[in-house]
Amino acid sequence: MISNLINRKILTLLKVQYSNMLEYRVEIALWAISGVIPFFMLNIWTNNSLNESINISNVMLSRYFLCAFFVRQFSVVWVVFSFEEDSLMGKVSPYLIQPLNPFFRYFAQHLAEQITRFPFAIIIAFFFFIFNPESIWIPNLGILLLSILSTFLSFLIQFLIQSIVACLCFWTEKASSIERLLFIPTLFLSGLLAPVVSFPEYVKSWIYLTPFPYLIDFPANVLSGNPTNIAGGLSIQVLWVLLLFPAFKKMWSAGTKKYTAMGS
Amino acid sequence: MNPRKYLKVYKKFLHTSFASELEYKTNILIDLITAILSLIGSIFLLSIFFQNNVSIGDWEFEEALIIQGIYTILNGITNTWFNPNLSEIVKHVREGTLDFVLLKPIDSQFFISLKKINPSGFLEIMLGLCLLLFCIKINQINLNLSFLSLSLITVTCSICILYSLWFFISTTTIWFVKTWNATEVLRSFLYVGRFPLNSFSFSLRIFFSVFIPIAFITTIPSEVFLGLSQSWKILLEIIVALVFLITSRKFWLFALKFYSSASS
Repeated sequence: MISNLINRKILTLLKVQYSNMLEYRVEIALWAISGVIPFFMLNIWTNNSLNESINISNVMLSRYFLCAFFVRQFSVVWVVFSFEEDSLMGKVSPYLIQPLNPFFRYFAQHLAEQITRFPFAIIIAFFFFIFNPESIWIPNLGILLLSILSTFLSFLIQFLIQSIVACLCFWTEKASSIERLLFIPTLFLSGLLAPVVSFPEYVKSWIYLTPFPYLIDFPANVLSGNPTNIAGGLSIQVLWVLLLFPAFKKMWSAGTKKYTAMGS
Repeated sequence: MNPRKYLKVYKKFLHTSFASELEYKTNILIDLITAILSLIGSIFLLSIFFQNNVSIGDWEFEEALIIQGIYTILNGITNTWFNPNLSEIVKHVREGTLDFVLLKPIDSQFFISLKKINPSGFLEIMLGLCLLLFCIKINQINLNLSFLSLSLITVTCSICILYSLWFFISTTTIWFVKTWNATEVLRSFLYVGRFPLNSFSFSLRIFFSVFIPIAFITTIPSEVFLGLSQSWKILLEIIVALVFLITSRKFWLFALKFYSSASS
């Protein structure tokens, strides 16, 4: 009975958000295009044969960056910006009365956006293969499922981190600047611009203690077939989710007590 | 056109936007940390590229740092002036408040492009200048009048091109209403300006000099800094900047003919 209710809620939320997102197809296409930075990076790497020093062939590196592009496409999170706007406009107040944590709404929004984004990402990948026909490969089903799982976990980690930051909106009006600050290490350390293998030793020694390499580098390695410890990586991703979820719950309950219903 | 009137109005703009921005003092501090981290991040990325190579696209590490410096300054200028103002155009068009701007006895492009200012971008400009001074020292560039005036001219041209690009995309809002994501695409393409143009493959080089003149924005000023630039390149940059400025002006006036006010 209860699970049935939850299912219905989730399905309804997803449906509503999906039809909402379909309205902004052009926007989402542009979003997808704005994620092409990994391809420019790939161009620098291969054009200057920088990959010889880290023992990755051109083909493997181009697969890596294509996968990094895909993982990034399906793990983009912007909940801080939505929540900040909603809380400044006072839209959070009606959400709070509903018997559903408003973050489910944002979560459904993100999932719906990913579904809408999927065809555009495929089109971009198609163009990538036209220019790099030698890097075409078909991952087997097991790898595909594992990489979808790890991409989803990466999305979950980022969603939880951003939700924690979003809860800061209850105390300060501009939590998005903290998110912009957090985005910088995510950009440089996650493997979006350069695979973590290529990082110098003094960074590699501590980077695996942070969540960053598990956001893009790990799922991209799984999908592209570059060597990586799949079981270890997945369990650390799960560990981060388990660590962050209680932190979010705590922030949420502390924050809602602080809520001042701005703008209404 | 009365320059004194415009100067007076601009002083008022500065006053009001400073007053409103200084309300968020911690925000400015966070933005400073963000700017510093992002500079460290991109130098880190460069150091990965150079860890086993002496030069990339004929640029040595010390020389590539100049590009970083110029990029940081231009990014600071974007964050100070272009970003806060031009994202406002989207809002003006969507909410129909562009009417009020058009009714004012002042040039609409002037009003829209300079109304707001974000002081945290200044820190980024300072950071870039410091890096440039450091580069002048390590590259043993001797300062003389012609060098200074040439680099000032090329950087000014870069600012003009950058402004025109931003303004151009923001103007398309009048037809498409929501082009917030288009600026995101521009932003991600501009990211390429952190690297010397020669490090890309030939086809991308053409793309970045013809379609989106990122080459003109950072590479030519950096070449001037190193004393490598031929005079035809500088002349070309001046012409490109003028063409961009004039076109963006014409385009704005053209677009205004299609403006049909919203929600009024």
